[in-house]
Amino acid sequence: MHSPIEAIGLAPYLSVGAILLVLGVFGIFLNRKNVIIILMSIELILLSANINFVAFSAATGDLSGQVMTLFVLTIAAAESAIGLAIVTVYFRNRGSIEVDDITMMKG
Amino acid sequence: MMTQIVFYVFAAVLVLSATMVVCARNPVHSVLFLILAFFNAAGLFLIAGAEFLAMTLVIVYVGAVAVLFLFVVMMLDVNFTRMREGVQRYAPIGGLVGGVLLVELVMAFARWRSASNIDQIAHLVPSSPTRTNTAALGDVIYTHYIFLFQSCALVLLVAMIGAIVLTLRDRPSGRRQNIDRQHDRVPHDSLEMLQVPLGAGVAAQGGFLRPHESYDVAAVPGTYGTEAWRVREATEETQAVLVVTKPAESTKGKGDA
Repeated sequence: MHSPIEAIGLAPYLSVGAILLVLGVFGIFLNRKNVIIILMSIELILLSANINFVAFSAATGDLSGQVMTLFVLTIAAAESAIGLAIVTVYFRNRGSIEVDDITMMKG
Repeated sequence: MMTQIVFYVFAAVLVLSATMVVCARNPVHSVLFLILAFFNAAGLFLIAGAEFLAMTLVIVYVGAVAVLFLFVVMMLDVNFTRMREGVQRYAPIGGLVGGVLLVELVMAFARWRSASNIDQIAHLVPSSPTRTNTAALGDVIYTHYIFLFQSCALVLLVAMIGAIVLTLRDRPSGRRQNIDRQHDRVPHDSLEMLQVPLGAGVAAQGGFLRPHESYDVAAVPGTYGTEAWRVREATEETQAVLVVTKPAESTKGKGDA
C-alpha cells in the first residue's frame, strides 16, 4: 500500500511535533497564572508526542506506535478531566484560579 | 505533490493555532483555537495513514475534552485580565526555555538518522496492506495490548470517579427522601383512633390533630436548610413561631384548658 507519508518524509512530521512541544512549554511559562491555559499547553505537548508516535509508526510500518497514541489519548483525557475538576473545586473554595495562591497549601 | 501541499497547509494551521492557544487574551478563544489545532492534527494523522486515530482525536478531543474546557472556562467567573498580568514578566524566561528546548531538538534531529538495517528488523506488529487501519488496530489492541487496554479502562474509571467525587457538593437545603425515617414511621405517630359520637364531630375531642412532629423539614417555619433528623429540635426552637403561624393549634382546645 502506498503510504502518503513516503511523499512527505519523516522530518516534517518531527519538525511539527518539535514546534508543538516548544509552544506547549512556552505556553506553560507564559501563562503562569491561568491554570486552564496551562492544562491546554499540556494537551499541546501530549499532541506533539502523539504526532511523533504516529509519524514513526507510519514510517516504519509498525502499528505499535498507533496503539501507544491511543493510550496517550486516554491518559490525556483522564488527566484533563481530573485537572478541570480540581480547578473547579479550587475556584469554588477560593474564588480564583491563580497558581500563585495555591502555594499557601504548603506548610 | 498534492499530498505535500495538504500536509503543509495542515501543519501551518496547526502551528498557528497552537501559537494562538498560548497567546490569546481570552481563554475562550484559546479553547476554540485548541479545537482548530486538534482538527488539523487529525488531518496530519490522516495523511500518515492513521485513520482510526484521526477520528478518535476528533471525537474524543473536539467532542469531549475541548467542550469540557469550554464549559469550565465559561462557568468560572474569573477575572481574566488579571490573569494576564505576569505575561510580560514571564515571556523572556519562557522564550529562553523554549528556545533552548528548540535548539536541543534541532541538534538532536540534525544528527539523527535511521539505522541502516531498519528494514530487516522484525516488527512487533507489522501493518498489513490488506487490512484497514481500524481492523488492524483492533487485531492488535485486543491481543498483544490487552493488559494495557484494560489498565486504560481502569484509568478512565478512576478518573471518572475522581472527577465526580471532587466536584460533588452536598447541598443541605435540598429535599430528599430519608428511607430510614420512612421505615421507622408507625401508624401511632400519625394516626389516632377516636370514638366519635354521632352528629357531634371531633370538636369535643380537640378537633383535628396536627402531627406531633412534621415529617417535612421545610414545612416547619424557620427550619429551611435543617437536616432531617433535627426536625424535633428545630420544632422546639421555633415553638413561638409555630403557635403564631398555625391557627389550628389554638382550636385544639388542649392549650386552652
